[in-house]
Amino acid sequence: MSQTLLIQAHHLHRYYGKHHAVDDVSINLFKGEVLGLLGPNGAGKSTTMKMLTGNIAPSSGSISIANINLLENAVAAKQQLGYLPETPPLYKDMRVNEFLSYCARLHDIPKAKVKHAVDKVLQQCGLEAMQQRLIANLSKGYQQRVGIAQAIIHEPEVIILDEPTVGLDPLQIQEIRKLISQLAQAHSVILSTHILQEVEAVCDRVHIMSAGKTVFVDTMEKLKNYRDDSLPVDASLEHIFTSLVNQGASHE
Amino acid sequence: MNKISLIGWTEFKRLFNSPLAWSILAILQFILALMFLLLLDGFIAGIQTEGVGKELSLGVTDVIASRIYLWAGVIMLIVIPILTMRSFAEERMNNTLPLLISSPLSFTQLVLGKYLSLLLLIVLVVIMVSLMPLSLALGTSLDYGRIASSALGLFLLLSSFTAVGLYISSLTSQPIIAAVSTFGVLLLLVVFYISGTSSTSASELFIYLSHISHFFSFTDGVLNSSDIIYYLLFSLLFLVLTIRRLDNQRLGA
Repeated sequence: MSQTLLIQAHHLHRYYGKHHAVDDVSINLFKGEVLGLLGPNGAGKSTTMKMLTGNIAPSSGSISIANINLLENAVAAKQQLGYLPETPPLYKDMRVNEFLSYCARLHDIPKAKVKHAVDKVLQQCGLEAMQQRLIANLSKGYQQRVGIAQAIIHEPEVIILDEPTVGLDPLQIQEIRKLISQLAQAHSVILSTHILQEVEAVCDRVHIMSAGKTVFVDTMEKLKNYRDDSLPVDASLEHIFTSLVNQGASHE
Repeated sequence: MNKISLIGWTEFKRLFNSPLAWSILAILQFILALMFLLLLDGFIAGIQTEGVGKELSLGVTDVIASRIYLWAGVIMLIVIPILTMRSFAEERMNNTLPLLISSPLSFTQLVLGKYLSLLLLIVLVVIMVSLMPLSLALGTSLDYGRIASSALGLFLLLSSFTAVGLYISSLTSQPIIAAVSTFGVLLLLVVFYISGTSSTSASELFIYLSHISHFFSFTDGVLNSSDIIYYLLFSLLFLVLTIRRLDNQRLGA
């Protein structure tokens, strides 16, 4: 199967002062897949995502999005990206449709097509009834949806979602996961989470990070069948994950 | 260019989504109206007691209009920091900056867009301030040239305040700190002027450096190209610093 690589990030390092937050992480994202970035809190997931979206520059390493070098040609590369940070970047004094039109314009959607794009994304994210509301007055779940809507409004090749289901109730989590699965049909998605079940539910491949390092990258199937000396034959997924994370942390 | 005006216009409209811009404009207008009344009262009383039958040496524009612009400048010294603190410091505090940074636009477009939004508000302020002296045209003849040069001077002065404010706003994620520091810097430049003109430690350099000294020629009705260039360079310097600063922050410096 010949697959197109949409993100190629090689040997990323990032220091915060002396703290080595991301240590030699390489990420490849293929067209049409959902990659789960999994790891405990503080593993460097958010930092990696910030680097992939050009919010911070890597201390060393290279990133290209759809074969455009993000560090040299940032504007063109960012056109291919949709990003939902940990905290959704919403102007709470704007109305939902007003805010989404602004996002559409920021992403070079021509003026005549903005209305169409906004309507489409409102429908996709189930926000039609909320479009006239001030974002400040929306519940957390709906704000999260507006956050996702701004990330996908320009139909980017790559969607990067940083912990999209944190702080939502179980029902909302279900809905957001369903939405992500729908998105995966037309886009490639990277999502970060510290919840194993989430990766199991929506991801094709998983990239496990621990203490800034990559400890495992492969399909979910391979993760389930992963065994090493310390793991019993009937180890649960949970067990495997914990063991991998601890290995990563002990290398520190 | 498109993106700059998009950001500028949207941010300008957002200013009016909250009561902030409304209350600033209302308070500014209220205080200046009082000043205007006082000055007008003083002028009329002055004519009635001293000016009768004599050739007037000072016209109504000299006495009232230029002072109104001076006062507007002084009040905006306090107001501008409150407006500029929103630009980057507040966005950072609310975690909204990634929206703009992940969008396909350059830091130059981002900074100029933010600057444009505040310039639009400044234009509005200058127009509202100008309405007061212009209303005198109902009863007397005015020196329109001098009013125009004062208005231009006020615009340039306020745009230089804004450029400083934007830069300081880009340094921190605490809006209050951004506002207080901007106010401090703007006030320091006024103190430069005061110290430059004091009888004991007069210094031409200090007067030249101070933004306020270049404003006086405008209110006197003198359009001096070196003053105009001073403001343009002053604003440009701080805008470039802001762009550099945002770029450096990405690198984690």
